[in-house]
Amino acid sequence: MLEVSSLGCLRGERRLFAGVSFSLRPGGLIWIQGGNGSGKTTLLRTLCGLTHAMAGEVRWSGTPIQLLGEEYRRELTYIGHANGLKEDLSAQENLLVAAHLVGQPVSRAEVAGALQGSGLAGREHLAVKFLSQGQRRRVTLARLRLMPPRTLWLLDEPFNALDTHAVAGMRKIMENHLSQGGMIALTTHQDVAIQAADVQTLRLDA
Amino acid sequence: MSKLCGWMPEDAGEMMQTLRYVVFRDVLLAMRRRADVATTLFFFVIVASLFPLGVGPEPKLLRAMAPGILWVAALLASMLSLGRLFAEDYADGSLEQLVLVPEPLALVVIGKVVAHWLVSGLPLVLISPVIALQFDLPRDAIVTLLLALLLGTPLLSLIGAIGAALTVGVRGGGVLISLLVLPLYVPVLIFGAGAVDASAMGMDASGHLSILGALLLLGMVLAPWATAAALRISLE
Repeated sequence: MLEVSSLGCLRGERRLFAGVSFSLRPGGLIWIQGGNGSGKTTLLRTLCGLTHAMAGEVRWSGTPIQLLGEEYRRELTYIGHANGLKEDLSAQENLLVAAHLVGQPVSRAEVAGALQGSGLAGREHLAVKFLSQGQRRRVTLARLRLMPPRTLWLLDEPFNALDTHAVAGMRKIMENHLSQGGMIALTTHQDVAIQAADVQTLRLDA
Repeated sequence: MSKLCGWMPEDAGEMMQTLRYVVFRDVLLAMRRRADVATTLFFFVIVASLFPLGVGPEPKLLRAMAPGILWVAALLASMLSLGRLFAEDYADGSLEQLVLVPEPLALVVIGKVVAHWLVSGLPLVLISPVIALQFDLPRDAIVTLLLALLLGTPLLSLIGAIGAALTVGVRGGGVLISLLVLPLYVPVLIFGAGAVDASAMGMDASGHLSILGALLLLGMVLAPWATAAALRISLE
């Protein structure tokens, strides 16, 4: 379970948000909303432990995430604003390396399957620099199709640049993850109706 | 892989796997962009070759200057590729993913430094005897040069990584790296060039080499932690 209590963050001299509290149970989804510059990305980065909070605390199963370190990182998948793909490697190589680095030993067949599921069949061996923005996003999101999945997904604008078909596919993947007891925190400007037992909305606008 | 490492404790197996994959990733990337690798090597060759042309073909003078010139050229060449060590990963967002790897960040740093040395340090070591011939160095001095570079270039990569990590995301980081890193390279330069100097004059170079080795061990223990801390600060 992820618990956030009275979290506050600064960016430069400006206060982005303060007093953010919520808790995310297995099967729960939290939808972080807010205008541009309201601190959605900063909040997600704080949840990962990439940015330090000025106030408040993020706890995983009751322990602050700073104390858990690697143990917490083993539970989460973070997909940031940037795709984190190497332009000179192919989609398949990117996924293989990314999965092995986070300690998910996947086979080539599994990676090929995930790429196929993302609608990239036939482009597995193309260098990422030749792919369109939408296709790159699909490669990045294909990480979520690889087994075994991490419990907590932190997704920053996952639907950016995706077409309606790919958005529908992603929605299904997320619903499946939630039904298996996973947790998702996401930011998006798009209206996507994700079915889950426990959906919360957090507005960051002051 | 997990079966091969069956005799190791689970943790060590996973750590080795992460380390292997960081090295594999960076070397693979370098192989996709061979021009970048070649640039470092040619820079070293050209800088070292310009001196005989500028100073003139006086063998005695060249022999006396060779250790210093070769080492300064090696320092500059090694620094040339430092800018790419973390900057590209930062720009495309994969640095964030590397920081989130469920292993100590220092381990990821070690992997990146090893890859950097394999790609930019090792070729330089291998070509140095050929360059040394230009300066008419005696055979013993060439062997010492090879050994000293073998000990010194990994140290350059280790120290350089700290500077590269501190300047990640800073505009004009390239110049800043030189200002941060070059002063720290001074001990490597002194003992590296000193070893070759001693050997060229027919003296024993093992003292200099031992100090280089000791510095390398110290760097291997301390630099990855310093780099990891710097990366965390830069990513905030």
